[in-house]
Amino acid sequence: MTLLVDVTSATLLLLGGALVLIASIGLLRFHTVLARTHPATKAVTVGAVLVILAAAVRIPDNGATFKLLLAALLQLVTAPIAAHMIGRAAYRANTRMREHLTVDHLGEALDGGTFGDDGSAERERSR
Amino acid sequence: MNVVFAVALAMLLASTSLCLVRLIRPGTLADKILALDTILIIVVVGIALSAAQTGSDVYLNALFVVSLVAFISSVTVARFIETRRDLKR
Repeated sequence: MTLLVDVTSATLLLLGGALVLIASIGLLRFHTVLARTHPATKAVTVGAVLVILAAAVRIPDNGATFKLLLAALLQLVTAPIAAHMIGRAAYRANTRMREHLTVDHLGEALDGGTFGDDGSAERERSR
Repeated sequence: MNVVFAVALAMLLASTSLCLVRLIRPGTLADKILALDTILIIVVVGIALSAAQTGSDVYLNALFVVSLVAFISSVTVARFIETRRDLKR
């Protein structure tokens, strides 16, 4: 029983740590901001969930196991929201990024509207 | 088993230093938000790691607090940088 717990938690820990390391390498190596949101949110979240599961396997207290599972669920739920907000903010704050984009649904949806220099939303005159 | 904990902790240390490099490098504000969010999630992973190693559950409230603060702060700063022009790139 203890051997099974040890093997499971060791596997989950090493996998989760490797995923977090790969995610930070990706955060360093990708070329654009929007591309960097992929490793920084997806890979890190899965790595965190794996390590939290490893801790849930090892701790004998039942209330602590429930808390850890809740924390893993919280990470899974909040990661897409944060990725969406950061990506949208990066898109809106850098107007020169839009020339490099192949598909730009948000630009078409905004129809050229952006935040002007005085902070108010205005339509761009030249597009 | 202690070797596994040491290896995982070393991987977390390497990840944190790589994220710090991304934070310090000149880039847009969104880069910095991403790096800080990743560092805070690595802190959460470190807390879970120490909870697994010692077997005690005193750290789990700190785990919740750090993950909530990371999420709320990254969403707030992302909302903040939307309303100003970024001067880089």
